[in-house]
Amino acid sequence: MNTIIKLAWRNIWRNKRRTFITAASIVLAVLLSNVMTSMQKGTWDNMVDSVVNTFFGYAQIHANGYWEEQTLDKAFQPDDKLNELGVQVKSIESIIPRLESFALASYETKTQGVLVIGIDPVKENDMTGLEKKMTAGQFLAEGDNAVLVGEGVAENMKLGIGDTLVLLSQGYRGVNAAGKYPIKGLVRFGSPQLNKQMVYMPLPIAQQFFGAEDLVTTMALKIGNKKEVEETIKAVKTNISPEKYEVLNWEEMIPDLVQARELDTASNKFVLYILYLIVGFGIFGTILMMTKEREYEFGVLTAIGMQRNKLSFMVWLETTLLGLFGSVVGILLSIPIVYYMYSNPIQLTGEMASAYDKFGVEPIMKAVFDPQIFLQQAIIIFIITTILAIYPIWKIRNLKAVEMMRA
Amino acid sequence: MNVIHTENIKKTYNPDTIPVEALKGVDLSIKQGEFTAIVGPSGSGKTTLLNIIGGLDRPTEGYIEVGQKDISKLSDNQLIDFRRENIGFVFQAYNLIPVLTAKENVEFVMLLQNRSEDERNARTIELLEAVGLGDKIDSRPSQLSGGQQQRVAVARALAPKPTFILADEPTANLDSKSTANLLDIMARLNKEENITFVFSTHDQRVIDRARRVITLEDGVISTDIQQHN
Repeated sequence: MNTIIKLAWRNIWRNKRRTFITAASIVLAVLLSNVMTSMQKGTWDNMVDSVVNTFFGYAQIHANGYWEEQTLDKAFQPDDKLNELGVQVKSIESIIPRLESFALASYETKTQGVLVIGIDPVKENDMTGLEKKMTAGQFLAEGDNAVLVGEGVAENMKLGIGDTLVLLSQGYRGVNAAGKYPIKGLVRFGSPQLNKQMVYMPLPIAQQFFGAEDLVTTMALKIGNKKEVEETIKAVKTNISPEKYEVLNWEEMIPDLVQARELDTASNKFVLYILYLIVGFGIFGTILMMTKEREYEFGVLTAIGMQRNKLSFMVWLETTLLGLFGSVVGILLSIPIVYYMYSNPIQLTGEMASAYDKFGVEPIMKAVFDPQIFLQQAIIIFIITTILAIYPIWKIRNLKAVEMMRA
Repeated sequence: MNVIHTENIKKTYNPDTIPVEALKGVDLSIKQGEFTAIVGPSGSGKTTLLNIIGGLDRPTEGYIEVGQKDISKLSDNQLIDFRRENIGFVFQAYNLIPVLTAKENVEFVMLLQNRSEDERNARTIELLEAVGLGDKIDSRPSQLSGGQQQRVAVARALAPKPTFILADEPTANLDSKSTANLLDIMARLNKEENITFVFSTHDQRVIDRARRVITLEDGVISTDIQQHN
């Protein structure tokens, strides 16, 4: 076995130019696929973080069936187990209660539908950074009997700070909900959708308005490490009653975003497949050349008594070692490049930047620095190389020594 | 005792398209310890006969026994094992493994035979010294002259202790001095160790040293002469 390995190793260095071309193709493929995948994933992670952190949170708890039928009648009073989740599940940094429902907003002669959200100002700000989105007025404080409205709402209804907004709705279990609230501040969301309909008020005021004393519709979970979302959800599910509550992750709540990401990932994969194909053909070319060049030698080796399986293993090992070498070097080169793109995101400008800005997403293209991507791409290229090594094996399996030596 | 015995060996290339009859019925017996040259003009069937005797090719018809074993019934893989254990090859173009040293080249077939390290080392040194290359054991083929490479090839062919050595035009690429040197070594091994050598050759210097000269013409043996030299 040692001799076969030794022979394979020396054969690799026998034709340095060919070895260099093959190894360079592999290195380039690993490098390109790593950079592409890291950029694509990083950009999407950034987008998801922005969207999720603006409002949804990575997971939410509702009364069972609320997400399907978002009605105030599915509001619930958090029990002790829910309130203790922050202590029981370490990955939860905080639990943000909300009471959400729609209402008709009116000011002077203008009327429009709005989404009223009762919040705990401190906790909400901690998760979504709501205060940073203020463009006028002051942020809510506990005990305020006032509202923050989206800039779009204010524009549409010609509202200003200090004006009084009248809200009308159907409250909990059909009670009439009506109230008037001074506008304390204006907030601007990246998403035009949110901008045109959001009205925030302190949770106790919302509960009073909707006649839903001590009730909430949503408990958003602030999870420090997004990689722990699924584990956190599992842990939460074991701590609460599945009959009473549902726990949804952000992907279940924003399927459109997931679909958009999947579409982009699919097109990125398509580009990657083309890259694999091009590189695969490049590597195959050198393997083909090597096989042709060495037909005579293969014939001689079997003539003097080397079994085909040993010869096949030797040739497979040569290609595999090259694949391994190229993959490792590819990873090593990817690390500084991807790290640089992770630490120094590309700032988008012009129309692209405005498009990102509109949706409240920071206009940057940032790579993700994930060793798993490096490993995954290197393994794929390595597997491609190993599969291509089947060609000389097939050739050797079918070789007739005398024909090879005549070639 | 016959080490090679053939009866009515025929070989036709391209039987389904344009048939070419390379051998038209060769009966041949070679005994242990013979030093035989197979000669004949180009296209007479020398290499084909050597390939068939060496188990590298199969006859279209006929019976062939090597070392008293009917090799026509062996599978391709069995033939590889058979060649490794019984036949030593010396090729016109030496065909050493370029990435291995002289010692490693000679040792290679013994490694395939799973011989012990001690046995391999001892035999390799012994053979390389026998062919006058005791001081070149660590040289790679590219560092050796053509004559030296062919001597390494002879040592490699002898390493597995084969029943006989088949040499296809072994001196075709050598100068006079190297040819004489190589022939001396082979003749000595033949005489002292009773090793059977079968050559195909055009080279008069080889023919002159052979004790039996078989001439092939148009795929049949035309003459079979014993020489005393």
